[in-house]
Amino acid sequence: MSLDPKSLQYTSTHEWIHLEDGPGGVKTATVGVSDFAIQALTDLVHIDLPEPGRAVQAGKPFGEVESVKAVSDLYSPVDGEVVEVNKALMTPDPKTNFVNLDSLTQDPYGAGWLVKIRVKGGGQSEWLDYATYKKQCDEAG
Amino acid sequence: MDPTLLRTPLFDWHVAHGARMVDFAGWAMPVQYASIIDEHTATRRAVAITDISHMGRLRFEGPGAAVFLAELLTRRVADMELGQIRYSLVTNDEGGILDDVLVGYYHDACGQPFYVVVVNAGNRQKVVDWIHAHLPRERAEIPGREVIFTDLSRLWAMFAVQGPKSVDVLQPLVNIDLQWMRYYRGTRVQLLHPAARRQGGIISRTGYTGEDGFELSVGTEIAPAIWQAIIDQGQPLGIVPCGLGARDTLRLEAGMPLYGHELSEQTNPFEAGLGFACHLVGYDFPGRDALLRIQKEPLRRVRVGLEMSGQRVPRQGYPILSGGQPLGEVTSGTFSPTLKKPIAMGFVAPVIAKAGIELQVDVRGRAEPAHVIELPFYQRDRRV
Repeated sequence: MSLDPKSLQYTSTHEWIHLEDGPGGVKTATVGVSDFAIQALTDLVHIDLPEPGRAVQAGKPFGEVESVKAVSDLYSPVDGEVVEVNKALMTPDPKTNFVNLDSLTQDPYGAGWLVKIRVKGGGQSEWLDYATYKKQCDEAG
Repeated sequence: MDPTLLRTPLFDWHVAHGARMVDFAGWAMPVQYASIIDEHTATRRAVAITDISHMGRLRFEGPGAAVFLAELLTRRVADMELGQIRYSLVTNDEGGILDDVLVGYYHDACGQPFYVVVVNAGNRQKVVDWIHAHLPRERAEIPGREVIFTDLSRLWAMFAVQGPKSVDVLQPLVNIDLQWMRYYRGTRVQLLHPAARRQGGIISRTGYTGEDGFELSVGTEIAPAIWQAIIDQGQPLGIVPCGLGARDTLRLEAGMPLYGHELSEQTNPFEAGLGFACHLVGYDFPGRDALLRIQKEPLRRVRVGLEMSGQRVPRQGYPILSGGQPLGEVTSGTFSPTLKKPIAMGFVAPVIAKAGIELQVDVRGRAEPAHVIELPFYQRDRRV
């Protein structure tokens, strides 16, 4: 099931965030890359994501995504700990020995999610709502 | 888009067709229309057209032109036949590479012979200044040995039509039999299309993709109409417009060097694997004495191809490691759409410049395994 992009929060570095409340007031942030960024990157060939358990810091890179042309860092929107990684993006196809990033390019708000982060500490990068993020993207052309 | 950037006659077409425009050597050029991998694959399997009107085109004519070029370029020129094209270098006095060029020998509608030297867009001004420095008026106007030099770059558009179906696409548009044209040959042609308004063009069987193909120069005025005519002709054959992104992945697979990456003024032709383009006996050109000396010395480093074991892509400037020691540097790297793995070119110490040698590339702090591979990465079945 894909999330509705209009319901998500965004960073100016093109990550999307879906925040959920868990038991005991623990929040979990599901993080992905926006469709705008996927379209701009095109021709994705590689993604590097952290192992579960890795501590991440708001505004600091937690992984990278690589296209034919260039490599881009992925920035964590919150302080916390990685609790789950989208394994489908990391598992090589046994035939080609290469990962298949189709779910990321075709369904960035659903099957192409990247990591779930248990929010810890208070740090958070600046988030934009859909309308503000879209405006930023439109201006960037 | 920066309004000070130069525009080719196809600028509006590129923008209208969704191209992502970038600043390339001061020109607004399409890096890709949609997917670099798709544009690359279309070139290998069918045919693609690329606007290369940003390339510098320098024309030399007059009774002294052949000798002047022989005394400017590293390659022999004086023995060229009409219709012949050669890859050559322009070197500075130290033997460093100022540019890599194609020199072609053609004739115009009146039968007047002339040479065209195609230079890199980013080096055009530098090479033009170099030519002026070596062609003062008293040299250009020696009676009986005149040299007339014209920079045609802004007068002619240039398209690369590359891929196994390039003959089929272009044949209906020109008055010569393309299947018999040999590789690295070129000629003046009549354009058989009303949009050409009886203007001619220059066509050569050359390219920068490792694929069969042609490069076509036409006047800027008729360029958009001819471009469209080629696309219309190629539509049933699967032609796609191809941006500079795929042009780069194509040339890299073909093992072709790119100025600013493999080539620079600090690079000599022998370490770059371009000794074949240096003819050191006969005409004296800038850098010849230095090259005669460098040729006798052991190589400091060698250009090699690298194939990565993993999926991370090496990029220009990344250190090449052997036994933990930096023994070279990547000059170009990409994900090869044909081999479906990351590849790179770079310079390494001669001791590790052998096919099969295992080494590592420092990809942003991580030593990624790679091995040296013989260039080119990709070679087509040659029929011409």
